[in-house]
Amino acid sequence: MAAPQVVPVQTPDTDEVPEAERPWVTIVWNDPVNLMSYVTWVFQKLFGYSREKAEKLMLDVHHKGKAVVSSGARELMEHDASRLHAYGLWATVDKS
Amino acid sequence: MFRRDGSHCVALFAPDEVKVLRKVASEVVGLLTEGFDHDDPVVGRLFPDVYPDRPAESDEYRRYTEGDLKTAKIDQAGAVLAALPSSGGCEVRLDAESAEAWLRALNDARLALGIRLEIEDGTDLEAELDKAVLQDPTSSRVFQLSVYAYLGYLQESLLDALVR
Repeated sequence: MAAPQVVPVQTPDTDEVPEAERPWVTIVWNDPVNLMSYVTWVFQKLFGYSREKAEKLMLDVHHKGKAVVSSGARELMEHDASRLHAYGLWATVDKS
Repeated sequence: MFRRDGSHCVALFAPDEVKVLRKVASEVVGLLTEGFDHDDPVVGRLFPDVYPDRPAESDEYRRYTEGDLKTAKIDQAGAVLAALPSSGGCEVRLDAESAEAWLRALNDARLALGIRLEIEDGTDLEAELDKAVLQDPTSSRVFQLSVYAYLGYLQESLLDALVR
């Protein structure tokens, strides 16, 4: 199979994207209770991420205090946040 | 502690462990039912503000999602209670679905205890426990810290057994 032909487009810098067009993001925040292994497992389970990607996100949460775990339409981010809340992770939604 | 046996996660619990697990699961159910209070920091942690800087939008989200989330959390604590006898020890055998419910329920119980015990990122559990024992070995803090540590080991062993 051949990859589809794509005309290269200019991608504007993030600063230049009007606020209304910026995607929404789901953010997971660090907390002192959740086990690192559990957080990694939740990311794999809910988002289908590879172990490597899930572990990297978990370490970002742990060391930087938070990490963006998904991005897209607002309704989808709210859905992701509620799934994360069901697993006891501290998730919020924001504009990227 | 849990281990893998075929497609199940299996643990043998002594009578005291059954008692402790029933107690923490019942406390979570109590917190989510008659004791439900938005001003309780534990409720704040289990039901986080999804838009911390937009209170009106957070409230609206809460209106739509809180009922389902509460039901899910009561059900998962219920899964723990359902697998345990009312007294005595027992063997618990969990299929994958029940194991996941247990994992979430143990996590909720640890979050609740963690808030009550003011667990922070750098908290050294062993040192906290030693300190609490020195102050008063019969205090509820000693008991709660031991339970918190126990639930952490149990959750980790269940996750290990599940993903094995």
